[in-house]
Amino acid sequence: MAPYESDDTTTAGEAGEPRTGRRRAARYVVPVTVMGVAAATIGLVPAIASSGDPDLPEITAAQLIEKIAQSDVERLSGTVKITTDLGLPDLGGLESGLMSGAAERGGDDGSSADPSAKLTELASGTHTLRIAADGPDRQKVSILENAAEYSLIHNGADVWGYDSKSNEVYHGTVDASGEAREQRPPATPRDFAEEALKAVDDTTSVTVDGTAQVAGRDAYKLVVEPKQSGSTVGAISIAVDHETGMPLKFTLTPSSGGAAVVDVGFTKVDFGAPAASTFEFTPPKGAKVTEGEPEHDREHSGKPERAPKSEEDLAKGLDGMKTLGKGWNTIATFDGGAGGGLPTGDAGGDLGGFVDSLGDRVKGEFGTGTVFSTRLINALLTEDGTVYVGAVTKDALVKAADAGK
Amino acid sequence: MSRAEAVRGASPLWTLGLFRNELLTTFRRWRTLALLGVLAAVPVLVGVAVRIETGDGPSGGGGGGGPAFISQITNNGLFLVFTALAATLPFFLPMAIGVIAGDALAGEANAGTLRYLLVAPAGRTRLLLTKYATVMVFCLVATLVVAVSALITGALLFPLGDLTTLSGTRIGFAEGLGRALLIALVVAASLTGVAALGLFVSTLTHSGIAAMATTVGLLITVQILDQIPQLHALHPYLFSHHWLSFADLMREPVHWDDLTKNLGLQALYAAVFGSAAWARFTTKDINA
Repeated sequence: MAPYESDDTTTAGEAGEPRTGRRRAARYVVPVTVMGVAAATIGLVPAIASSGDPDLPEITAAQLIEKIAQSDVERLSGTVKITTDLGLPDLGGLESGLMSGAAERGGDDGSSADPSAKLTELASGTHTLRIAADGPDRQKVSILENAAEYSLIHNGADVWGYDSKSNEVYHGTVDASGEAREQRPPATPRDFAEEALKAVDDTTSVTVDGTAQVAGRDAYKLVVEPKQSGSTVGAISIAVDHETGMPLKFTLTPSSGGAAVVDVGFTKVDFGAPAASTFEFTPPKGAKVTEGEPEHDREHSGKPERAPKSEEDLAKGLDGMKTLGKGWNTIATFDGGAGGGLPTGDAGGDLGGFVDSLGDRVKGEFGTGTVFSTRLINALLTEDGTVYVGAVTKDALVKAADAGK
Repeated sequence: MSRAEAVRGASPLWTLGLFRNELLTTFRRWRTLALLGVLAAVPVLVGVAVRIETGDGPSGGGGGGGPAFISQITNNGLFLVFTALAATLPFFLPMAIGVIAGDALAGEANAGTLRYLLVAPAGRTRLLLTKYATVMVFCLVATLVVAVSALITGALLFPLGDLTTLSGTRIGFAEGLGRALLIALVVAASLTGVAALGLFVSTLTHSGIAAMATTVGLLITVQILDQIPQLHALHPYLFSHHWLSFADLMREPVHWDDLTKNLGLQALYAAVFGSAAWARFTTKDINA
């Protein structure tokens, strides 16, 4: 601005019309330039930052899996961004209303700080989590919300859940220190990666696909793909830290293309020990504290204490479940309830119509049924009440139903 | 005020004198005092309302509705500072800024005093900078008025002591006070974008009322746009989008991502609309 300084006071009086006009236009160049530079910076900086994959020594897929298995990172703190897009109908406020209603009905202890009620929220949308761990006895996961936070803290024998929005506290205990990891739902890329690698068998192809930078660290990219067709899983990509063997990013893309169904990755990670105060928790004054059932009682209470990690876990929870097929195309089938299952268009009147509107009618040798689809899991409900569920395409479900007849 | 003796144009002392003059003029106006009074009343209202509602003794766990931090107020009066800022930031504070910023130049033009200001050897650029600095000081004062009023109300009505951060860790009262001050500063900085926008609008018109109304209207429009989910691609560029990120200062450790985004965005708005205001004001015909 300085060069114009001396002109300022005289501008109004001096200079003919055309010159003033040009000067006027010239001055507006400044705000436009500022905006342009800002736009360019916003557009270019991520492109520059992401360009250039790091140079790392070659590694085979088997070696990389071995590296993950041997990874013994016990101390870390970091920020994780988790995005899930299962393609469930977006019910907006209704959904959360139903959820809180369900939590309310879950018993008198329907505390908003109860981990099982809270963590279902992670199943959709984008969330930022903070993770800190110091050995097997002390971990902390926090879900960052708008001007609030939900923290789940495991410190020795205690498990604390703290919901800062409602100022409610949940307190549970664990018998053995090792169990805390199990108690936690999958939240870190490592949890997801371990589940994915469990599924690796002869129906899977595992390759190393170059390198990438994740959270400022050099990482190998491991790609896990189903060999069979018919799976809704397109590919799973896992970025593995080259030093520690710790999975830093997990991305599951559906075979139908489009955005990732699950995308979990560190945006910041530090392998130093977190401050001890991170894991200390005393309920704030006036907070409502809900005592959880002891661990061993919970096992039998039938209350889901964590999200089912895989179909195997789900299978355990349902009686009379059979599995068809193998590998990625495994389909679970069970009797969906006595007497014809859900009402459908012909029989159920308005309700049947509503149910139908959520799914697609399909016909096959097995008869007719309704397919409910998400981007990852499809389910077929036949007229006689049999349910077929799997991470497979609609056609594969119909084939399985035909074969089952 | 030795304006006559001032060295023509260049002396920084002279600029300081102009700035002091502006400050005094602004803060002596009844309008300004009334705005500050309204802002000071908000925390008192919130505090009294919470106190009456929980009169039977602290119950805790108020369900989680209402502005941020409201459920913690009964247990620690310091939280009233955060609640009050969260309650005033979306509307009351920026509205007050809009009034002061919108009036800054258009008001002078309206009253016919702008040309007298320019007769003095100030230079238009310097006058504009002085006006902007005055509006910024008002941002800070307005925020501090809310914070201090909330602190006094909180201390009178509720207990004080150690506080629990959003992340569940504990910090001492002194550190809590420090964070409250930091939050007030961040809130004041969050308003610089609106201030620049208001000043730009103020250079466009000769009517103070029109400038104020336009600024406040833009403020409301932006807030509405920020609520429409279909426009989410636009949201990160709206000046009000990251306003409530000041709450991230209450996490342990502090989560800086959104805070830096907010401050960067405010700086961008200040740069764009500040330079636009300069381009307009330095080339405009002043005849009022």
